Amino acid sequence: MSRFSKDWYLVWGLRACAFVAGAITLLIAIFIVAESLPALRHVGVARFFTDSSWQPNEYADRGTFNLVPMLAGTLFIMTGSVALATPFGIAAALFCRYYAPSAIARIYRRFLELLAGIPSVVFGFWGLVVVVPIINQIHPPGQSVLAAILILGLMILPTIALMADAALANVPADYHRAAASLGLSQWATIRGVILPSAKSGLFTGVILQSGRAIGETLAVLMVAGNIPKIPTSLFEPARTLTANIALEMAYALGDHRSGLFVTGLLLFIIIVSLVACAEWISKGRIYG
Amino acid sequence: MRTRTLSLLALSIALLAGCEETSRQKITITGSSTIAPLIAEIAKRYEARHPDIRIDVQTGGSSRGINDPVKGLADVGMSSRALRASESDGRVTHVLARDGVAFIVHASNPISELTDEQILGIFTGKFDNWEQVGGNDGAITSANRANGRSELELMMKFYELHPEDFQVDLISGENQHGIKTVAGDPNAITYMSIGASEFDIANGVPIKLLPLRGVPASSKSVASEQFPLSRPLILITTPEPLPHVSDFIEFARSESVHDLIRQQSYVPLQ
Repeated sequence: MSRFSKDWYLVWGLRACAFVAGAITLLIAIFIVAESLPALRHVGVARFFTDSSWQPNEYADRGTFNLVPMLAGTLFIMTGSVALATPFGIAAALFCRYYAPSAIARIYRRFLELLAGIPSVVFGFWGLVVVVPIINQIHPPGQSVLAAILILGLMILPTIALMADAALANVPADYHRAAASLGLSQWATIRGVILPSAKSGLFTGVILQSGRAIGETLAVLMVAGNIPKIPTSLFEPARTLTANIALEMAYALGDHRSGLFVTGLLLFIIIVSLVACAEWISKGRIYG
Repeated sequence: MRTRTLSLLALSIALLAGCEETSRQKITITGSSTIAPLIAEIAKRYEARHPDIRIDVQTGGSSRGINDPVKGLADVGMSSRALRASESDGRVTHVLARDGVAFIVHASNPISELTDEQILGIFTGKFDNWEQVGGNDGAITSANRANGRSELELMMKFYELHPEDFQVDLISGENQHGIKTVAGDPNAITYMSIGASEFDIANGVPIKLLPLRGVPASSKSVASEQFPLSRPLILITTPEPLPHVSDFIEFARSESVHDLIRQQSYVPLQ
């Protein structure tokens, strides 16, 4: 019995949990690759980028499998929403930490947390019945890249704000006091001292939110219009990689189904690169 | 310590094996992915009433559903199309429900009916303004349904369209997505399960069903087989199915599952 002390159980319990968490990620990766293989073999990697359109079929030779429009749609919508949400998010965090009286800051933070907790389907539904008809009056059809950027921007805004707030909280209080003793104004302190020292935290937050923006499915699917063509304006519809999977997976067979797993594989590769980027930046390389 | 864990494990495995031994009768159902979700719900209800029966539902297309029972690979097949003359040998069909699809526009749209040519023109990009088909001035927002959905398949077959013929503005997925798209855009048109549309119209959603070839789009005209853009949802068995299989078919065709059929937006037989 003595061999199995409480520590022993704790350590092995934790190791088992860690192993399970790691193994699940690995299993998912293996599963996606395994399910993609039939399409990669029958269709070939090149056709996913050079085919004339996305008209998949159960049999590789009867369909076309171009994923570039979905890749473009995903990147446009992600970039747009992150570009929209980042300034607002960081401004909200600055307000919360340096300008708002503490009582208001506390309530404000709760509001942000509440906003972050709203399920995505609610955002999608609201977008479809409120935002889309407004855009429709400006320029039909309404379901468009713009609608997706607005909804997605709103969805990631609270998390960007909360992560920026946490990054600002990590700046040593001494910096702030030292700046104050030099007679710098609040804004000069923020611009010259706080933001540069919180930079890597802010960037990591933004990149992780880009990952979330890429992965978001339902809300984007409801407002983006889902035409598998590269959009040429903000008012044109676009289809994202996630929407491609969600729209067609339930009915797909054979190489079409496997082609949707290739879509997932592409998504997986983008997310892995983003996480690697976040890791690289958070190690502080941003300065050198 | 270790021996105790091992013996516990062995005991639980023995118990699990014991469960497997109790002879539960199994019904295997394969075929159309259109019918599979409905049959899965019906099966769940049937299993709850008959704990000794286990029902396994697999998809794989109507052709598989038509062939599997004859090959002995399944007890029941599911098909969302009527059988061809060459396929009638050695099979008995049991109509489960009907599926009807109609075109819907916003309730404020003055259009009251569209001809086949006008519909084809709208969905292939020939017409892009309602004026061209007798409506008010306004750019048409045509919404297609996602690749593989039963509504799209039914409509493509009916009009002999191919996936590459479509020139549309939007693609919607679930029924509610399509209905909200039309309800929020006075110039939109899409096609929709009649059951789902009727339910939402009754709840005040501003959409309207257009008649097709002079036949009003309603559950009634679908059930009576008058509505042109409709099809039967069929279960297929061999001429002499096992007694527990016949019993399940009888249950699936009885009134006690009509609520499930309506939930899936299909039309039960009257």
